[in-house]
Formats: sequence, structure tokens, C-alpha cells
Amino acid sequence: MVLKCRHVWDHISGYIDGALDPEVRANVERHLATCEICSAILDSTRNIIILMADDRVFELPVDFSKRLHARLDDVLKHEYPEPA
Amino acid sequence: MTATETLGADAQNSSEAALIAAILAGDREKFHILILPYESQLFRTAFALVKNAEEAEDVVQDAVLKAYRKLGSFRGDAKFSTWLIAITLNEARGRLRKENRTIVDSLDEQREENADFTPAALTDWNEIPLALLERKEIRELVQQAVAELPDTYREIVTLRDVEECSVLDTAHLLGISSALVKVRLHRARMLLQKRLAPQLNRAIKASSKSTSDRPRKRSLFRRTPWF
Repeated sequence: MVLKCRHVWDHISGYIDGALDPEVRANVERHLATCEICSAILDSTRNIIILMADDRVFELPVDFSKRLHARLDDVLKHEYPEPA
Repeated sequence: MTATETLGADAQNSSEAALIAAILAGDREKFHILILPYESQLFRTAFALVKNAEEAEDVVQDAVLKAYRKLGSFRGDAKFSTWLIAITLNEARGRLRKENRTIVDSLDEQREENADFTPAALTDWNEIPLALLERKEIRELVQQAVAELPDTYREIVTLRDVEECSVLDTAHLLGISSALVKVRLHRARMLLQKRLAPQLNRAIKASSKSTSDRPRKRSLFRRTPWF
């Protein structure tokens, strides 16, 4: 089945996650083989997902961990976990 | 998941179970070690909801203290990380409710249907190497695009693409179906692509004229050819 660009766009996310049915996936791949625009949309989306997962994008505030463990220390010294 | 990853995850689960048992038996200091791997994940989750670093830090501290106090009720049927994220989401939502800044739980159906999920039709894409994230300007473009997503889409993208939670865990955490996770994730990714791809392309083209970090054209993550 020949898919139009708009139909391929509906499957970009599923394609990246490897979640498409084999038949749909084959149709999408057939389209991508000849369509520069859909290939660029796929590649850019995948690239953006990879960038977002990088720890440098959403950095922790300076001394975040230090403050967290200091506050935790206060509680650990005086409290046991509640009985289940 | 590869066999090695499964083994790694099993080892992590069993060492976590051992830590939890030790803490509950009185070795309280070990709680520091238990939460160490998840601190940044919890911060990003909180930040996705409250959208303010200082407040997100408070949310994480409160959530971690709650997790310590309630540790005895962790049953091990969910992953410890998922349990921690669930507590953090609850804390963040509680805070938003108090301030009447409730997350729009179900997007207005009509608004959702009418929103434009058409991606930016690029004719070419210059792969952005991860090394370029060293540049503040590139990091800010990504942060800004995520920050400007509608609430429910930002939640989904943070859990799935920033925290890399599974579809099933994300569905469980948000109390929605896996099908809805996939639909919203798709829309969120298309909104991000539409906004971010042209900006990144421009930023990269402008900089590659003057610097030597010219990106490789669609080479880094190129699809495996299927013929």
C-alpha cells in the first residue's frame, strides 16, 4: 500500500519506538525510501528525542544533592520508617 | 532490553531490595545510597510539573522524606524508581492544587483535536551531535521548547523521553491507558519537532559557518537501510 506523507507522519512516533505492526512499518519504510521530507521529519524527531534524554539539557541546581542529603540526614537521625 | 541489560536490571533490583531490607532493619543511613541514582530523575519530573527550579527542589525533598517514612509500604511489585516517581508526581500535584495551579488533567478534547500536530516539513536535516549540548544556546532551545508544551504533553515527554520510562510505567504513573500515552507522546513529539527542528537547523547552520564543529549530515543516527 502506498502511503501519503500525512499518513506517514501519524506513524513517526510509533516507528521510532519500534511499536508499529510489521505491515505498517514496511509501508512506512517504503515511503521513507523515496521521500526526503518524511525522512528529514523522522531524523529530526529522533535527533530531538536523543537530545532531550541528555543529562546536560535539564541540569540540577548547584548543590541540589548536598541540600537534599542534609535535609534527609536530619530526619534519618531521629526517625525510623513508619511500620508497614 | 538485551540479556545484559536484563541481568543489570535484576542485579540493581536485588541490591535495592537488600538495601531496603537493611534500612527497615535499622540501618537508616543506607537510605542515602538507595536514592542516589534517582535524584536527577526526580528533579526533572518535579520540574516538568511545577516549572520552577526552587519549587521542584522542595518537591523532591518532600517526596524523598515521604518515601523514607513510607518505605515499609513499598511492596516491590513496581520498580523502586517508579514508586519514587509516583510519590514525586503526587507531591508536585498536591503543591499545584494548593496554589490553584492544577495541571489540566484531560486536555479539552476539542482543543486537542484542533491543535496542529503537523510536523515542520524540512527538506533536509543536519544531525545535531550531542557534543553541541555543551553550548548553552542549544540547551536553552531544547528546554524552552519542552517548557512551552501544554502541561499534559510536557508530563508525557518528560516521563518517556527525558526519564526514559516505559509506556506501561508512564501509563501507570499518570493513571491513563497505554494507548493514550502513545497518542499524547506522538503529538508532543510532533509539536517539539515543529518548533525545535527549524530553530536547531538555523542555529547549527549559523554556527557551522564560523566554527569547525560542522555537524555530519544525517550520519550519526542514520536509519539502517532496509534494502
